[in-house]
Amino acid sequence: MSSKTSNDVLGRGLRVLGRAIRTEPRLFVVSALGSSLFGLLIVANSYIVGGIVGRVVVPALAERRVSTGSLALVVAVLLGISGLRVATIFARRLGAGFMQFRLQARYRRAVTRRYLALPPEWHQRHATGTLLSNASSDVEATFAPIAPMPFAVGTIVMILGALVTLFLTDWVLALVGVALFPALFALNFFYSRRMSPRQIQAQRMRAKVAAVAHESFDGALVVKTMGREADESRRFGVFVTELRDALVSVGRLRGVFDPLMESLPSVGTLAVLLLGTWRLQTGAIGVTELISVAFLFTVLAFPVRAIGWVIGELPRSVAGWERVEAVLTAEGDLAYGSGDLPAGGPAELRFERVGYRYAQGPPVLTDVTFTVPAGKTVALVGATGSGKSTVAACAMRLVDPDSGTVSLDRVKLPDLSAPALAGATALVPQIPFVFDDTVRGNVALDRPGIDDDRVWASLRLAQADRFIEGLPEQLDTAVGERGTSLSGGQRQRLTLARALAGQPRLLVLDDATSAVDPRVEAAILGALRQAGTSLLVVAYRRASIALADEVVYLHQGRVVATGTHAELMESQPGYRDLVTAYEKDGK
Amino acid sequence: MSDLGTFATIRRGLSLSPELRTGLAGTLGLAILQMAGRVAVPIAVQQGIDHGINGPGGPDTRFVLGVVAVTLAVLAGSTVCGYLMTRRLFTVSETALGGLRSRTFRHIHDLSMLHQQSERRGSMVSRVTGDVDQISQFLQTGGIQLLLSAGQLIVSTAVMFVYSWQLTAVVLLAFAPAIGVIRFFQKRLAAAYRTVRERSGTMLGTVAESVVGATVIRSYGVAGRTGQRLDTAVDELRQAQQKAMRTSVTSFSSGEISAGLALSGVVVAGTLLGIDGDMTVGRLTAFLFLVTLFIQPVQIATEQLNEAQNAVAGWRRILDVLDVDPDVADPDDRGVALPEGPLSVRFDHVSFRYPGGPVVLADVDLTLDARRKYAVVGETGSGKTTFAKLLTRLMDPAEGRVLLSGTPLTEVRFSSLRSRVVMVPQDGFLFDATVAENIRFAEPSLTDDQLRTAFTELGLGDWLAGLPAGLDTPVGERGETLSVGERQLVALVRAYVADPDLLVLDEATSAVDPATEVRLQHALDLVTRGRTTVAIAHRLSTAQAADEVIVVDAGRVVQRGPHSRLVAEQDSIYAKLYASWLEQTR
Repeated sequence: MSSKTSNDVLGRGLRVLGRAIRTEPRLFVVSALGSSLFGLLIVANSYIVGGIVGRVVVPALAERRVSTGSLALVVAVLLGISGLRVATIFARRLGAGFMQFRLQARYRRAVTRRYLALPPEWHQRHATGTLLSNASSDVEATFAPIAPMPFAVGTIVMILGALVTLFLTDWVLALVGVALFPALFALNFFYSRRMSPRQIQAQRMRAKVAAVAHESFDGALVVKTMGREADESRRFGVFVTELRDALVSVGRLRGVFDPLMESLPSVGTLAVLLLGTWRLQTGAIGVTELISVAFLFTVLAFPVRAIGWVIGELPRSVAGWERVEAVLTAEGDLAYGSGDLPAGGPAELRFERVGYRYAQGPPVLTDVTFTVPAGKTVALVGATGSGKSTVAACAMRLVDPDSGTVSLDRVKLPDLSAPALAGATALVPQIPFVFDDTVRGNVALDRPGIDDDRVWASLRLAQADRFIEGLPEQLDTAVGERGTSLSGGQRQRLTLARALAGQPRLLVLDDATSAVDPRVEAAILGALRQAGTSLLVVAYRRASIALADEVVYLHQGRVVATGTHAELMESQPGYRDLVTAYEKDGK
Repeated sequence: MSDLGTFATIRRGLSLSPELRTGLAGTLGLAILQMAGRVAVPIAVQQGIDHGINGPGGPDTRFVLGVVAVTLAVLAGSTVCGYLMTRRLFTVSETALGGLRSRTFRHIHDLSMLHQQSERRGSMVSRVTGDVDQISQFLQTGGIQLLLSAGQLIVSTAVMFVYSWQLTAVVLLAFAPAIGVIRFFQKRLAAAYRTVRERSGTMLGTVAESVVGATVIRSYGVAGRTGQRLDTAVDELRQAQQKAMRTSVTSFSSGEISAGLALSGVVVAGTLLGIDGDMTVGRLTAFLFLVTLFIQPVQIATEQLNEAQNAVAGWRRILDVLDVDPDVADPDDRGVALPEGPLSVRFDHVSFRYPGGPVVLADVDLTLDARRKYAVVGETGSGKTTFAKLLTRLMDPAEGRVLLSGTPLTEVRFSSLRSRVVMVPQDGFLFDATVAENIRFAEPSLTDDQLRTAFTELGLGDWLAGLPAGLDTPVGERGETLSVGERQLVALVRAYVADPDLLVLDEATSAVDPATEVRLQHALDLVTRGRTTVAIAHRLSTAQAADEVIVVDAGRVVQRGPHSRLVAEQDSIYAKLYASWLEQTR
């Protein structure tokens, strides 16, 4: 790492700390004051110990007598200082800790708020694992230097205090401090700079090890059934060894730094002893001063490390903050309008010349025009990659098309308010998403007006009532993280019931019953036709398609034809091939 | 999570990583030499004051110079020892932790699917990553300091004892109450940090839910509800962290008080001893320095204890996994190889239930002949997937035995079993690598030409040619650049090159686009030719193509025979299933 970038990290790191201080000024002042006082007490303590030896011990040993009063005073002063130190430790550590925790909590809330506000298109571009670590470890890394920061501030105050008192004591002994402190800082700085690239390499290898483990455990079934456990262990072992090497290289540098950091203050103490003897001879100082200064160097060493801790954490902090900031400043929100829908009944969905493409990608939809008349069922049919799911996403305004309009009962979707849109439409995706909640929580989602009767009615409509009745606590049964206690088909039916519970005026099923037994699927689709909603269905199974009033046949992002299933079978050879592929082979 | 205490965890952990003891004597020797440097300074101060400054003929600069020179040499030596010690310690501990990672990784793979499913997969990953990292990070930061502090505590006590046993007794007495207080708080502290970790897990789970479910949350307009849950989880974590911090600071403030007690006790007792002629100014001063060396470890412990708690907790979680014995164990050298030739299957009164769960399979007793194709059908939850898992020994039956060509599965070496019996799982899992590398997963020695031949033999040559880079096309994370059906194609070729004698297919339930479906069916026909095949079937075509159909209902085999005969059995489960299949293709 060049010195320019490392200075840059220092500068940016300090800016992050500055922001933290501005956010929690009160706690910072409490902890920094506590810490500064702590540092000054350390200096004072050295002089008090020196003074006690010089003024009480030396005379007492010389005169072979001591007054009880002066001993009591010694005890009172030393215990008093201890008490003060405890108070300052409370202020420093609680202040710094609370400040760190509050900042973490504040930014975790801010980051997750952005997650909720940003559109699905943004989510698609970011891996779940990344978003998870943005909210957890990145926020943590950003504010990691906060914990030792007040200690470092206190240390600087302590060093300034020490230098002042050193000069007041004796200018020659003060020169030892003048030489020693910059040396300590230089050592710390040098160490942080050399350490940072090693830490980054270790972090990179950690990520690699995690990625391999994640993939390997994900594919555990394949690994096991192919008997490849040993080979997988070897593959994993390569990265483990590289990580080990990276960490050992971190350790070696530490091995240089730590003992040097220990020894430097001792060298200072020895220098004081030597110079002090000379100054004593010339009568410039007494034994008291000599012992005070020697003692001071012994106790200074430890706090100076706090500065190293802060500097050491800065690169991680900066990297974490950059990722957090990227989320906080991410753009692309879909703003909602303020419009409402005219009241009541199934809604009409209309696509007019809709076009959509991913950034720099080929067009996904081109000139798509069709209508789902109020209360009717329209099936969307097309091969993989023909744009069916994008149509479903546009219908729900999960994305906005690049051109053309999508409207519901003649109101353009961007004009609708968020509650109006959510209340009128519901999407059931192919991969069902189940919350770590009870059955009731999953179906009702605390939406107003959805009571237990409505929940049961929806479950019945989704053919899910029978298996829910078989659960130990029925509606109160917790279904576990992502619904792990349910089968795929059960999860699909549960999410379908969730959609129905809101009594949507437009329901979009994106291959939403694929894991349901065919018999059950047919029953569901039959029931939905009676449910008083317009229905847009992305389907593969011919039985499902045949239930639709009208079929929209999509090919490479364009509507090739619309009509009834029978008409399209007649007029469109491509369509015929597509929907009869199963039987051709199965005969 | 087990209830192992802190020290019990460390003991168990050390016994599982014997590498940690490598060259321990040398490392400790170096550590002691490093300590010598730390106590050299107080001794130098004492010598300097008593014999140099307060020397008989007034301050003696040359004597002091000699003392300083000797001490500097000792310091230099101790610094070098410190470097060597740290280096050794890091090499040994990181090597041991690397070993622990690898061992845990392998152990997790060896646990049966039953355990892998009951635990969350993500948490398994953190056993070999985050948890080990926590131990490693602790060693990197606080661990060495704590170790040296312990040494410093011992060495400084010893030197103090040499200077004055009376004053040493005073110091130890001053710290005695602190030890009691810290022990008292230790339990509460451990509980407080446990709460922090639990809440941290809850917070992560809540964030994960909001991210994975982003689309659902948006389309139902329930961002407010989710936001509240997130806030609660984040805030509860903060409160737990603050509580743990309060307990920790309170606990260790007792150390500070003790330091004050010790210092004042030493001054008072030292002065009184000096009056009796048992103490010089230099020795008393040295003693005050030594007390500081004695106090420092306590300060360091204060700063590092949180990390230590986390490290021990991480270690405990790893031990919890390692302590689970693989319940489906490889008989290895004690096992036998499967007999050569085609394999037949026998289920000998097999029953299965998950621990504490209902019976999944009950008393299944059947024989499957070699080289025939079987389709196992039944509704969701009927037990057909369990049937496949027992057949491939991903699980062992609760009762009864599974035999292949007369050999009980539990006696077959895994190396033999896994090369002769191959299962194609539902989702056709692919690794983030090229198509070729994914196929070679089954048979690493295959050349590109042989791979291409395999594709051609299965009628997939044109499909392969249509890929952007042919065999070298990367399939992406979990194979996501391919469609679901295409992933199954690759998984099928992978099974084909493994050339098993018994092939178990767990058919995917989700629909595949029709063009790929046609390819899939065709390839399937070719792969299964001449092998004993058991397909867990969801499709009519698979059942029709099978030599025999086995119908499972509520954990029991209720019908068995060729498709044509079973269909004719009126009102039978299979007849109903067939009717619904027909309905959807009408």
